[in-house]
Amino acid sequence: MSVLIHNLGAFGAGFRTTLALTLASFAGALAIGLVVASMRVSPVAPLRAAGTAYVETIRNIPLLVLLFLFFFGFPKMGIQYPPFPSAVIVMAAYTGSFVAETIRSGVNTVARGQAEAARAIGLTFPQSLRLVVLPQALRAVVAPIGNLFIALVKNTALASTIAVVELGSVYTRLITETAQPVAILFGATVGYLALALTGGWIFAEIEHKVAIKR
Amino acid sequence: MSVVLGDALGPRGRRRTAIASVVSSAVLLGLLIIALRRLSATGQLDAAKWSFLVKPLVIRFLLGGLGNTLRAAAVAIVPAVTIGTVLALGRLSRKAPVRLAANAYVQFFRALPLFILIIFMFYGVSKLGTDLSPYWALVAGLSIYNAAVFGEIFRAGILSLDRGQSEAALSLGMRRRQAMWLVVLPQAYRRMIPTILSQSVTLLKDTSLGFTVTYEELLRRGVFVGAAGKDPLQAFVAVALIYLAVNMTLSRAARRLEIRQRRRYRAGSIDIAGAEDLQAVAAGASMGGT
Repeated sequence: MSVLIHNLGAFGAGFRTTLALTLASFAGALAIGLVVASMRVSPVAPLRAAGTAYVETIRNIPLLVLLFLFFFGFPKMGIQYPPFPSAVIVMAAYTGSFVAETIRSGVNTVARGQAEAARAIGLTFPQSLRLVVLPQALRAVVAPIGNLFIALVKNTALASTIAVVELGSVYTRLITETAQPVAILFGATVGYLALALTGGWIFAEIEHKVAIKR
Repeated sequence: MSVVLGDALGPRGRRRTAIASVVSSAVLLGLLIIALRRLSATGQLDAAKWSFLVKPLVIRFLLGGLGNTLRAAAVAIVPAVTIGTVLALGRLSRKAPVRLAANAYVQFFRALPLFILIIFMFYGVSKLGTDLSPYWALVAGLSIYNAAVFGEIFRAGILSLDRGQSEAALSLGMRRRQAMWLVVLPQAYRRMIPTILSQSVTLLKDTSLGFTVTYEELLRRGVFVGAAGKDPLQAFVAVALIYLAVNMTLSRAARRLEIRQRRRYRAGSIDIAGAEDLQAVAAGASMGGT
């Protein structure tokens, strides 16, 4: 255990980076997810096709491959960012495709009469989506999006492969440098568990507040 | 068609949609052109930059990597499903300690990043006196983690089955164990096939984590190829396309099976109790480790 106390500073710094990475990526993922989900339910065929192509492509490629493609491949065509922003961009794009699918499934739960009523009072499609359908759809998918948040927390560990010094990277360094792997594992687990549990609790609270009982 | 709009559009709506189609096509096309120009401006579109990918040696090397990827995934699925079944039964057990232990396993390993687990299997375990090869470290990590996920999936599957099934079995004079193995589990498994398949896609994607413990799977070989020719962009695009082809085939199969199941069980492959549970699992698990 002394190895943990000894490296508390490193763990703390790593934890802060993981937290920042998670929050930034999650914000991006929500934005991307909202846009792509809207595209996928819109009456405009090219937008629907683009949304579907995005989701199908991103979801079927491992996150690690996307990270490498962006961080090591894209600089060749002049798109180059430091490790942290790169990780945020890729994590947001990856998680965003899952968020989009989740929101779309939420849209399916909204009663058809809602959209019909919105149209009947003269709302355009973007209006009915923004004012009537999405607010209800989002309430229905708080819990699944909470699961995506937890999955994202765990996925941020992969950022260590492109030299972001977050919790996973501190863990990997310490586990190779010290002789107490179990203690190090314990330390990292506590960090991720704290983030995941807090996230899960926040989403449960949100769900409790906004859920519509049908 | 759109989920939201329901019925057909009127003349004004159709006109609006047509205009939006033209505009959005133009925008999407514009983005594509910008991307292509960027690629060609930096010389990344030159045939010479891509030609190495069709060399027989490179193709064989990458396909070998794919073989290693598939092998690790296939080998990891067997213990994952087996332990997953045990965990699901444990979580539904009447004995509190068994329930507690199974729950603890599932909760702990689902909260732990797969990356952390695989790194531990390789670098950590060697410090404890036993060495695992990169291959076995990857397979062990994948199995332990996915067992927890499958435990969750199977539990939801068992709960989704009509209570009448096990009640009928019990009233025929079967013991609880017999009812579970002969009546409940076979049906639960069959209902779960689409979910098992889509989790297999996730597991297959997660084999790319073998890279971090130097296992020579597809991604690591892609890194070699890219570094050798100094063309990482092309190499990673090739790797991504291979993953895409394999995973899309599997995803398609899963979806087709699910539609068939839904038709067979009318109300849906999963209904009654555990539906929300399963939805939550599906959303979380489909992203799972990676």
